[in-house]
Amino acid sequence: MTDSAARADDWQTLVLGIGNLLWADEGFGVRCVEALHARFEFGDDVRVMDGGTQGIFLLPWVRQARRLLIFDAIDFALEPGSLRLIEGDDVPRYMGAKKVSMHQAGFQEVLSSAVLAGEFPDEIALVGVQPELLDDYGGSLTPAVRARVEPAVDRACRVLRGWGVRFVPRSEPLPDGRQTGPSALAIGDYEAGRPEIA
Amino acid sequence: MASTVTPNGFALDDSGQRVVVDPICRIEGHLRIEVNVDENNTIRNAVSTGNMWRGLEVILKGRDPRDAWAFTERICGVCTGVHALISCRAVEDALDIDIPANANSIRNLMMLAQYTQDHLVHFYHLHALDWVDVVSALNADPRATSELQQSISSWPKSSPGYFRDVQGRIKRFVESGQLGPFANAYWGSPAYKLPAEANLMAVTHYLEALDFQKEIVKIHTIFGGRNPHPNWIVGGMPCSINVNETGAVGAVNMAWLNMVSDIINRSIEFVDKVYIPDLTAIASFYKDWTYGGGLSSKNVMAYGDFPAIPNNYTNDSFMLPGGAILDGDLSTVHDVDPRDPEQVQEFVTHSWYEYAGGDADRGLHPWDGVTEPRFELGPNAKGTKTNIEALDEGAKYSWLKAPRWRGHAMEVGPLARYLVAYARGNEEIKDQVDGLLSALDLPITALFSTLGRTAARGLECSWAAHRMRDVFDGMMANIKAGDVATANMEKWEPATWPADTKGVGFGEAPRGALGHWLHVQDAKIANYQAVVPSTWNASPRDAAGNIGAYEAALLGTPMADPSQPLEILRTIHSFDPCLACASHVISPDGQELATVKIR
Repeated sequence: MTDSAARADDWQTLVLGIGNLLWADEGFGVRCVEALHARFEFGDDVRVMDGGTQGIFLLPWVRQARRLLIFDAIDFALEPGSLRLIEGDDVPRYMGAKKVSMHQAGFQEVLSSAVLAGEFPDEIALVGVQPELLDDYGGSLTPAVRARVEPAVDRACRVLRGWGVRFVPRSEPLPDGRQTGPSALAIGDYEAGRPEIA
Repeated sequence: MASTVTPNGFALDDSGQRVVVDPICRIEGHLRIEVNVDENNTIRNAVSTGNMWRGLEVILKGRDPRDAWAFTERICGVCTGVHALISCRAVEDALDIDIPANANSIRNLMMLAQYTQDHLVHFYHLHALDWVDVVSALNADPRATSELQQSISSWPKSSPGYFRDVQGRIKRFVESGQLGPFANAYWGSPAYKLPAEANLMAVTHYLEALDFQKEIVKIHTIFGGRNPHPNWIVGGMPCSINVNETGAVGAVNMAWLNMVSDIINRSIEFVDKVYIPDLTAIASFYKDWTYGGGLSSKNVMAYGDFPAIPNNYTNDSFMLPGGAILDGDLSTVHDVDPRDPEQVQEFVTHSWYEYAGGDADRGLHPWDGVTEPRFELGPNAKGTKTNIEALDEGAKYSWLKAPRWRGHAMEVGPLARYLVAYARGNEEIKDQVDGLLSALDLPITALFSTLGRTAARGLECSWAAHRMRDVFDGMMANIKAGDVATANMEKWEPATWPADTKGVGFGEAPRGALGHWLHVQDAKIANYQAVVPSTWNASPRDAAGNIGAYEAALLGTPMADPSQPLEILRTIHSFDPCLACASHVISPDGQELATVKIR
């Protein structure tokens, strides 16, 4: 996603990571888009977006998307680190059924507002992980959940290919400044710079 | 307690029935309100409590101050850009960095766009549903709705066929059973006063505002490079400007600047032809709902914002002035200095924290702030620590601290800003306020109410949209004169910094006064404290027993039916609460559905 692509208006597929990276496993969705973007190069028809906890402010992007893939931490009542793929009409239900965080109340409303506005994606999928720990402010993913980031990216790739979305592995590492978020928040710097206080 | 009068002049009586609303819906973060009502269901005691807040020092201590904006942008999903801006200002203050004129203009444009969008979204998508009955809109006559629309505005989308189509769309949505954004409301409550046609008009504009939101965020994308988390940089703005169509790829070019200009024009049109006429029309049906004033007729405060002169954060420069009004005396506006250790202080007497050593009831200036949790319920609380049935407000009862200005509880936000600007004689704002009051045939004291708060936000939205035009034109003149600088990198390298320095960044988030205080030692953050607007407004009692703005605003309000606390939602929503950065919650299953308990 170069600066100019970030401003291009003609994309159709949105890959959206949501959650708060400051709250341990709540950062899963954001870390997945970070990893996906680092591994693969997408064309201008795809937006790979770190949506954070923006709630209703994500509505304009969701409305524009014809295909929407979401990464998030979801309470499936499974073992921590369990990965699930949810597709189609089940997605809004899972976003609302067992909320691990306030951002999901917001995002469920984004989806229903998109219905109300008459612009809902034709295809929708959710790659979710069962979180282990949320209550660790400033913390990173737990090992069990972190180990699922790459498998989650692989799952997402299969979904995207099934939708006919094209992308290729990056031939060179992503240059600085082109990540999905500021470099200080990239997982390496974020973890290395954690304050050593109780 | 039974019956008492607080030092800030509010009579409290907790002898009546207790009503617990937990959480308050349609807000960011977790807020719980408890009230006692008398035999006429009028609120006689109010308790506001927010969930846990860990303090920014937990995530920022030891980090590079140049990165702080990126972290603070993530503490909340609503005020992202505002925290980033205030963080940059705090670091620039600590390191004595001046930003270029274009950076100041772009920051003002980003924030004015944020005001316009936030206020629109708040009014239509969060607050209007406290006044507008969606279900009643289904019974409206589209022809009469069209006549109503044409009588109040020249907005072109006003034909009977248009309103009939929208009505059909809403009907299908409601009939599909997924209420979505319309869930958690009290449709049909006798507290709703609008005729069906006004309800349909307002719901139609709810949908138009959803459409318009798509446009206005493009300003952030263009200048911030990415959205929904735009880029910022200490020393200026990280975008380059190139109006000659040669040079750096990705620079802000003329095509994009023209797009910004066009969005500004459309923002002005939408706010002035849709939002303001709606606000006036809705308010005209609620003129006798005069409740909710609380602190606004006594103590209000603004730091001020939108510097017209780059790097000058004083009232000589601010387009929205700062100041404090005490005891409702509009003839004297006190200057507010966020650096003065005697002015802004936080108290924890009634908060679940402790100040060890010395007087536990003292106030601490944010530069000396500490966030040390101490969770305990008072002797009169009911329930357990994990299932609190009723709080004991005589003891510690909130995870929010109690910020005070010179010991006074203050209301912050659009109404506070408008009162300060009005009292300081700002002509534009006086004209706006006097115009609206005269259209509604109301005295100035009508501002001291829930509706006054809602009206000030609408007027400020219009003000912000018009100021975007001025700021944009000023920036273009500067660029055409040959100045394209957007960042000052002279003091980027830590070697140029003092070994030990403090800074403060302050300004006005859409929902009120926001300050970040930091201490930098050996090029690392040693302490970082934020005092956010909802902490001022949602604050618990302080050491002296002064109640906060939410608590004060609820007193004296009659409730039609305590099991449908629409009146509480109305007043609390009028503050545009955003508890996400004031608090954090891991909400258990189902807790997001508001529960109302009457004990």
